[in-house]
Amino acid sequence: MSARPPRSPAAVPFPAAHQPIRHDSAPLHVAGTARYVDDMPEPPGLLHVALGQSAKAHARILSMDLSAVRAYPGVVAVLTSVDIPGVNDVGPVVADDPIFAENLVEYVGQSLFAVAATTRIAARAAARLAKVTYEELPAVISIADARAADSHILPPKRVERGDPLGTLSTSPHRMSGHLAMGGQDHFYLEGQISMAIPGEDGDMHILCSTQHPSEVQHLVARALGRPDNHVVVEVRRMGGGFGGKETQASLFAAVAALVADRTGRPAKLRLDRDDDMVMTGKRHDFEVAYDVGFDADGRILALDMTLESRCGMSTDLSGAINDRTIFHADNCYYLPHIRITSYRYKTHTVSNTAFRGFGGPQGMLAIEGVVDDIAHHLGLDPLAVRRVNLYGGPGRDLTPYGMKVEDFIADSLLDRLSTTAQYQARRTAIAAFNAASPVLKRGIALTPVKFGISFTTSFLNQAGALIQVYTDGSVLLNHGGTEMGQGLYTKVAQVVADVFGIGLDRVRITSTRTDKVPNTSATAASAGADLNGMASFNAARAIRDRLSAFIAARWGVEPTALSFAHSKVTAGDHAMAFDDLVRQAYLARVSLSATGFYATPKIDVDKETLIGRPFYYFAYGAAVSEVVIDTLTGETKLLAVDILHDCGSSLNPVLDRGQVEGAYVQGMGWLTMEELVFDAGGRLRTHAPSTYKIPGCGDIPDHFKVDLLNQPNLEDTIHRSKAVGEPPFMLAISAYHAIKAAVAAAGGSGPVKLNAPATPERVLMAVRARQSGAGA
Amino acid sequence: MADCVRFVHQGQVVTLSDVPPTRTVLDYLREDRGRRGTKEGCNEGDCGACTIVLGTRVGVLGMAEAESIQYRAVNACILFVTALDGKELVTVEDLSSSDGTLHPIQQAMVDHHGSQCGFCTPGFLMSLFALYHTDANPDRTRIDAALAGNLCRCTGYRPIVDAARAMGRAPDTYTAQMTETLALLSSIGRSETLSHHGGAAFAPATSDQLADLLLAHPNATIVAGGTDVGLWVTKQMRDLGTIIHIGGIRDLAAITHANGQITIGAAATVTDAAEILAPLYPDLGDLFRRYGSEQVRNSATLGGNIANGSPIGDSMPALIALGATLVLRRGGVTREMPLEDFFLDYRKTALQPGEFVAAIRVPEPSADRLFACYKISKRFDQDISAIMAGFGLTLSDGIVTEARLAFGGMAGTPRRAGTAEATLIGRPFDAAAAKAAAAALPQDFQPLTDMRASAEYRLVAAGNLILKWQMEQALPPTATRVPAFARAIGGAA
Repeated sequence: MSARPPRSPAAVPFPAAHQPIRHDSAPLHVAGTARYVDDMPEPPGLLHVALGQSAKAHARILSMDLSAVRAYPGVVAVLTSVDIPGVNDVGPVVADDPIFAENLVEYVGQSLFAVAATTRIAARAAARLAKVTYEELPAVISIADARAADSHILPPKRVERGDPLGTLSTSPHRMSGHLAMGGQDHFYLEGQISMAIPGEDGDMHILCSTQHPSEVQHLVARALGRPDNHVVVEVRRMGGGFGGKETQASLFAAVAALVADRTGRPAKLRLDRDDDMVMTGKRHDFEVAYDVGFDADGRILALDMTLESRCGMSTDLSGAINDRTIFHADNCYYLPHIRITSYRYKTHTVSNTAFRGFGGPQGMLAIEGVVDDIAHHLGLDPLAVRRVNLYGGPGRDLTPYGMKVEDFIADSLLDRLSTTAQYQARRTAIAAFNAASPVLKRGIALTPVKFGISFTTSFLNQAGALIQVYTDGSVLLNHGGTEMGQGLYTKVAQVVADVFGIGLDRVRITSTRTDKVPNTSATAASAGADLNGMASFNAARAIRDRLSAFIAARWGVEPTALSFAHSKVTAGDHAMAFDDLVRQAYLARVSLSATGFYATPKIDVDKETLIGRPFYYFAYGAAVSEVVIDTLTGETKLLAVDILHDCGSSLNPVLDRGQVEGAYVQGMGWLTMEELVFDAGGRLRTHAPSTYKIPGCGDIPDHFKVDLLNQPNLEDTIHRSKAVGEPPFMLAISAYHAIKAAVAAAGGSGPVKLNAPATPERVLMAVRARQSGAGA
Repeated sequence: MADCVRFVHQGQVVTLSDVPPTRTVLDYLREDRGRRGTKEGCNEGDCGACTIVLGTRVGVLGMAEAESIQYRAVNACILFVTALDGKELVTVEDLSSSDGTLHPIQQAMVDHHGSQCGFCTPGFLMSLFALYHTDANPDRTRIDAALAGNLCRCTGYRPIVDAARAMGRAPDTYTAQMTETLALLSSIGRSETLSHHGGAAFAPATSDQLADLLLAHPNATIVAGGTDVGLWVTKQMRDLGTIIHIGGIRDLAAITHANGQITIGAAATVTDAAEILAPLYPDLGDLFRRYGSEQVRNSATLGGNIANGSPIGDSMPALIALGATLVLRRGGVTREMPLEDFFLDYRKTALQPGEFVAAIRVPEPSADRLFACYKISKRFDQDISAIMAGFGLTLSDGIVTEARLAFGGMAGTPRRAGTAEATLIGRPFDAAAAKAAAAALPQDFQPLTDMRASAEYRLVAAGNLILKWQMEQALPPTATRVPAFARAIGGAA
């Protein structure tokens, strides 16, 4: 097998910040030599693990006969809840996620037991041989079920300002509506996987595909009944994460570790795709009901909105996710009198979890639906209604949760994009096309995005880094962030290279490990580069300050007179290569390693009332999408996309563009074709790519124009950049509203009733409802 | 009788004798060979992360100057090792030169930022490698077709399309070494049956050998492309018993056009069948472009799609509407029957023990017949249809004399809508006729609600397809179908 290193890429620019530098692993990706957990050389004696799963959504386990499982050829060990030396739980916030069910199962696919065998196929075949008898209990599957059963995983929350109900009754126009939106499977291409390698005296080393190595470490230690310092979790890269590996990796890591601990042999647990889709949480599906009062221009005067989500069988991150839904139910719009009520339902389905946007997209889709309905109700251009509702200036700058919007640029983004994308001219051309086209109808929509940056759980906004400079001048970089394809490692290396004034090729990027940087937060909330970039910057500065003090003293200059650039340090006539400086400093007994730390300033929010400043800043964007629909079949096609997105002063415009494009397409999938279908028994019927369809190459139009707004962040982030992972996901809301515009063109009047995802079936039914007058 | 699988890899002949016949090529590569560049994404042939390329010796065999190697992408996760026999295998590790120089497609992917997490990347590269060797200047439609079987969750595809456009067509080492590779492939050609793993699997070389084998092993599982049977192993963990692999039978893969009909051998791949049928029936060409993915079409056969009696086979309604017939063979005896008579019930067919589908016969177009087919699915490409419709009419002086309205996804088998058809006979095919036929559909079908669509949608949309077909006869024509791909604003609709 070819393990040779690929040829060195093109020259590395200096300074590296703001440069379009390729992903550090790109040459390995294309050579097939980038290693994921399942590609690591397998240690001798490796056992393969498979999980037995619940067949029922809600039931008492009456008996579990595992004799056939144990007897299957190749099986070495079978573990159930009684075999856990520590705590039988991997819940990240609340202890309600058992590793193995004890007496009760609460979703189809829940883990019952583990079987370890000498081959993966033997383990999987054996796992199917369990004989489990159940006493079925009433199952709460859908949001409607949960509403009827008053089944909550967390108490409801409410944010209220002004006099929403009074103002509703006095508003010139008043309307109510409802919107249901589906969940979404992450469909990372690399499924969940962990390999646990037992060490001496109770040590455990875990290679895991996770966005949150520290949490995996802590939960594995708790399951093993050992202190955290016995467990090391290592992640070099993930084959995609999208939030699906923020909490979901822990179960599989814990099981692999339990097997390794029990047998003394290394153990690997890799899920088959179908099992991954059945057993892991997804984006929360929501139902939204609203009552809105507005004036003749469509300006919202009062809004009463109810947000109901399906959280699944456990708490997981549903609290913070639903909080973020509330925080984004304003999007870019000032809502003077407002009441937002959030219900977090417990259902007997897999526990829903983080997914790019973390509840934000659902809140944003809700308010965009309200605005769109107002426009159709009044017969106005939806963009005009969006404009009159924008935040702007004193008196119209306070969010429902009391944070002042100080950096608002959505108005200028809308102006610029509607001009460059020729929104009005295209709208006119589309109307002409539609008038002459009986079957096909086109639609266009422009929607804005305002997304709050920071973990709303404020203490998570911290990061650490460890930088080591070796005597040859090469630099080893470690930080708490994980690499899932977003290019975080590359961005942070750019920052560090510039601090030392050396080429990016002198900074080696290594695996994220809990024994290098402890107690890290998940790589999530788009904050990876903001947090780890700053922590690494601080670590590099600490070492550079020591080098500066050393060489300034030797040269007899002020440290502030030194310049680190182009692989050397200079001051006046003095100059020394960076590598020589390092060697000299070493000989002079200067420490060449340092940790760095960063905590986001300014944020402060009350976690009960949600009032305060949850976000350091906002990231903005806007998109125009154009679609065509077939009014006889409901099929749709995306025709053109124009995006203007705010990355502050982009740390790396090619990586940021990649995030914007990928997020848009993922969002478009959520709103148009990705459909999670649970049957009445709680079984997921769309549990493989044969039935669950994410966007493919042909769904992307040739006209897919992305511009980055190159404007410094007003807040003092790393090189004035802005977070980019999640915000552009919500640009795809424009595609959904373009479909609604096309449905409206098929006839009828008033709001377009279209739930998401807008599959051919839903689109056709929306067309028929409007044509028959039921949609008005 | 040959007793081991032989294939060419990296300029060498590789011999496999002790690999179980249902071992997938993916597991063989990753676990037996330690070549972990090829990834498993779904283990069912839908995501393309496991894409590899197989080279086949084609042309006028035995005439060196008229021979070449045809490179095609396939999914390794549902491909049994027996299918490697007689082929050249290319995986992602084989692309760059021994000195580390990247292949032009690798370089293009790096230059255009075509990878983010990188997990799907090896599969995309192999699809691009096949494209590189088959199309000198692919347009966007061709690129989309080549990549429809590869899912990427990170990039949104734009940079990968840019890489495909930029990869060029400079001769690579595979082109340079073609003569040597052809000689190796020629050296492992065989004319006798392969008995693999002590008779657990057979791979006959001729139809006659197949006919004899099936008489001896009437309960054997026939595997052609394995794009369905592969999942019986990877997902259902079924024991297939004795396997007869027919993918390598050249005379069973023959396609001929004579006497007013096209005869497609049962082992012909969908790719090969589509090449002949698409120019004759453009709608059928559009349908085949959406049939599975390129990887699937390169393995799958029309014969297999029909013989396993799946209710959702995309091709059947169209072929039934065209009046296609099947040639069945048992031992030395053949019989022919209309395709629609072949399907008895859900996954039940008219095949007798020891009998196999030998060929599909499709009549060529004629001026007095109308034909159209439609596929509705959640995703345009590589999705199983919620509804599949194939429509055929024969007209005499503007009056309908025969109607064939066939649907998939509306019942347990692909079926004709007899009542709706009857409403069309003896009158012009006008809007009123279409409306009457659409209104009759509920008498023909009581479809199911499942994860693809509801019963209500299926009935409404199926009826609307008849209306649409009628509208498409009007002049001047107006656009009635969403485009396969949006080239530019306003250009599509």
